[in-house]
Amino acid sequence: MAETPASNLDAAVGLTAESLSPGRLAFRRFLTHRAAVVSVGILVLLILWVLLSPLTARYGVNEQVFDISQGPNQNLPPASFAWFGTDIIGRDVYSRVLYGVRVSLIIGLASAVFSLALGSLIGAVAGLKGGLFDDVVMRVTDVFLAFPFLVALLVVRNMFGAVGWVTFLVGEPSSVRFMVFLFAVFGWMGVARVLRAQVMSLKEREFVEAARALGASNARIIMRHLLPNSIGPMLVALSLGVVGAIVSEATLSLFGYGPDPGTGATSLGLMVAGSKSAVRAGYWWLALYPFAALLVITLCVSFIGDGLRDAFDPKHGGAR
Amino acid sequence: MLRYTLRRAVWLLPTLLLVTFLVYVALRLGTDPVASYRRTNIRASKKKIDQYIAANGLYSGAFGYIRGYFKWLWGFVTLDWPRSIKGSREVWPHLKDALANSLRLGLVASFIGILVGNALGVLAALRPGRLRDTLVNSSALVGLAVPPFVSALLLQLFFAVYWQKWFGYALFPVSGVYPAGHQGFDLFLMLKHMALPVVVVSIQSIAVYSRYMRASLLDVLNSEYMRTARAKGISERRVLVHHALRNALIPVTTLAFLDVGAVVGGLIITEGLFEYPGMGRFFLVAYSNGDFPELMPWMVLIIGSVVVFNLLADIAYAKLDPRIRLG
Amino acid sequence: MMEPVLSIRDLHVSFATPAGRVQAVRGVSLDVQPGELVGIVGESGSGKSVSFLSIMGLLPGTASVTGSAKVAGTEMIGVPDSQVRAQRGKKIAMIFQDPLSALNPVHRIGAQVVEMIQAHQNVSKEAAHSRAVELLDLVGLPQPDVRARQYPHEFSGGMRQRVMIAMAIANDPDVLIADEPTTALDVTVQAQILDVIENVRRQLRTAVVFITHDLGVVARVADRVEVMYAGNTSERGLVNDIFATPHHPYTRGLLSSLPSANKERLKPIVGAPPNMIAPPSGCAFRARCEHALEACASAGNELVRIGSTETSCIRAAELQGSAP
Repeated sequence: MAETPASNLDAAVGLTAESLSPGRLAFRRFLTHRAAVVSVGILVLLILWVLLSPLTARYGVNEQVFDISQGPNQNLPPASFAWFGTDIIGRDVYSRVLYGVRVSLIIGLASAVFSLALGSLIGAVAGLKGGLFDDVVMRVTDVFLAFPFLVALLVVRNMFGAVGWVTFLVGEPSSVRFMVFLFAVFGWMGVARVLRAQVMSLKEREFVEAARALGASNARIIMRHLLPNSIGPMLVALSLGVVGAIVSEATLSLFGYGPDPGTGATSLGLMVAGSKSAVRAGYWWLALYPFAALLVITLCVSFIGDGLRDAFDPKHGGAR
Repeated sequence: MLRYTLRRAVWLLPTLLLVTFLVYVALRLGTDPVASYRRTNIRASKKKIDQYIAANGLYSGAFGYIRGYFKWLWGFVTLDWPRSIKGSREVWPHLKDALANSLRLGLVASFIGILVGNALGVLAALRPGRLRDTLVNSSALVGLAVPPFVSALLLQLFFAVYWQKWFGYALFPVSGVYPAGHQGFDLFLMLKHMALPVVVVSIQSIAVYSRYMRASLLDVLNSEYMRTARAKGISERRVLVHHALRNALIPVTTLAFLDVGAVVGGLIITEGLFEYPGMGRFFLVAYSNGDFPELMPWMVLIIGSVVVFNLLADIAYAKLDPRIRLG
Repeated sequence: MMEPVLSIRDLHVSFATPAGRVQAVRGVSLDVQPGELVGIVGESGSGKSVSFLSIMGLLPGTASVTGSAKVAGTEMIGVPDSQVRAQRGKKIAMIFQDPLSALNPVHRIGAQVVEMIQAHQNVSKEAAHSRAVELLDLVGLPQPDVRARQYPHEFSGGMRQRVMIAMAIANDPDVLIADEPTTALDVTVQAQILDVIENVRRQLRTAVVFITHDLGVVARVADRVEVMYAGNTSERGLVNDIFATPHHPYTRGLLSSLPSANKERLKPIVGAPPNMIAPPSGCAFRARCEHALEACASAGNELVRIGSTETSCIRAAELQGSAP
């Protein structure tokens, strides 16, 4: 069947009777994306579950379910005293998963927020100012985006780890704070590109010219006009950033460059890493539960991101 | 077209020099090659260490970095490569094998990903909002959201560990290119070892391409010139191939070139988990040893491939899209 | 009277949308004679573009079309796609509003015209190409042989619209639908494009349906006018008669919102077009009409002849002579 562009058709048919603010419209469209709405629900439940972990977690993160003197406590399959089984040194997997989810969510959200802030600022300024600053920023992002991600991450990790004032500010490379710093330093490039493109197209529109004509400063234009108009792509970038940081943390942990387990910390990534050898021995519960938690987070956030993208860019109307 | 190509190609060498210099500095700061050498060769004499420093140009001080870079560069282009710090091996034979292994794995996976992913993307875009589209789009989203290490570990668990448990043998091996101690070439064995890593990587690239193609084709299908094409009264098939796909392929082709360029870098996560001796694993091992003489040539290969394929992607873009080809 | 080249009878078009069925066109009938230039005037949403896209078979799958439309005697509605496609571009061709995006950016201008020719004529590529160059020359493209080898982005908006026209007339169609062909162009370029269309009509004796919301343009080029409102014809007649003595209050409103030298103030039509998901009964314009009576709520859409024009307004006769 032959098609006519949907946008023309709306106008042609006169579907312009209702007028809603763009934000409300986007919100409505978001609600029609079933997978995204369900994901929001699941994610909220998961966060509540983690916040209320004192109610269900019966053991400390590094506490053994019972003393080794009472019998072997390692690698026990799920049982009533340890719902998700025990790990290689007899700790409760359930309690550790809850704790790991908390750490991973913190890493994901904090990194995404920081990189979003950094990327928006750099992207907006690059887009507005153009010229040399723009050129340099874009070349830097090009190189970074083209480089194998993990290689760049590892090299930069160690490089910053060797710089005194960085470790003074954000801790040793094996701390959670350093991870957040690292992912923020890495995450801004994608956001900056999106925002720069957005700014470049907005810059040409009348209302920004009008603001400029009224003598508004660059900073004011960014704050009052450009950022609110870029909120859609930024929310999408935020969701991508969360998934990216959580997966990156897990990947780094997998190869021994993650948070230091010696300090008693854990994260989903560390648990996944720990399960690597356990899997071959057939201790499936050591892999299954951290995997499931990780997948719930990445899937939910991805679907939310997809819903947001569709909501703010209805042309590409996607999964329902 | 030729002028465009030349104008872009002129930047090849400066970019290579700049990026390799940055990497050189980053590696020296990040891995502290001299300390790594001492750690690996505890009984190395002062003379040996000085030889190592001289061979690699690891001079200290801000100026030492610049001087050291050119010293390293000269050695690199005259093919006088320093030996690895661990076991003092020649770097190239080892690197060459890793490259071959990675190319084999990466190209097969890219091929599958590009072919299947684009086909799915086209199928989805032709029926936007329908069941077919929802299925493709959602599975792609899931495919992207599942980190490669999760699918790798799950595949290992199922095809090796549990298959062994249930049927008494492992359907697919989980590590290496050949079983330990195997000599010579054996296509069947090789494919068997490649199967699981290829699946892990293909899942990701199928997901990427199907979404990319879908978005690109939807964009094109919504454009005005599609209506013009239909108004001509040509067959729907010609409208789709000659007008829609021809335009939708432009961004997809660019992505494909960049992807193939990245194959040289290996698939670090997959290779790491399957102990597949490719470029990714080469890097992981060399990096954890702080093996500067092994890391630099590796980096040069990666950077060279990224930069060259970036250029090829630009040329392909210009070739496909006359708007870019401004001379 | 001659056999009309385009004959539309009781055309209905509706779209399935999440909010309900939008009734875009509600029973339009219209005849176009060979070589005639008919202006279709109306606001956006009046169904003027949709009517003709439906005849071309260019509406999306969400549209349902009933009624009849014959192009040179061939039915276009309710027949298989392949049959419509055989006529499309051959007997009836169309040019669109935005010439900047209507041409495929990756194909050469010449190739795009050639494609149109080869779609309906069994000629060699070389023959088609030299014909394409001729056509480009006909629509006033300077250096047509050079320009044919260029890409759309190397052309200005006006030049691209000329290309669109050349493409549309490539198979010497009986009817040319021009959907707001000048709206996106500068005023000076508008005039040139109107000249090209006029020229084509004179040389090839092609009937032209000129869709626009600009009465000024219609006054310049059209023989007859068809005023559309809310999916119906509200008034039709010869251009001069309608401009001199409009009978429908809507037409009068359109005319008084038109700037002219001897008017101090423009009078806009108050209110908004009706919701086409649930169109009002009777006369669709009555909510915005100062002359509306209760009887208008039950008025049909039949056109009544008054003098040389026909109108759907039931009060047209009694309102005749009241202040414009």
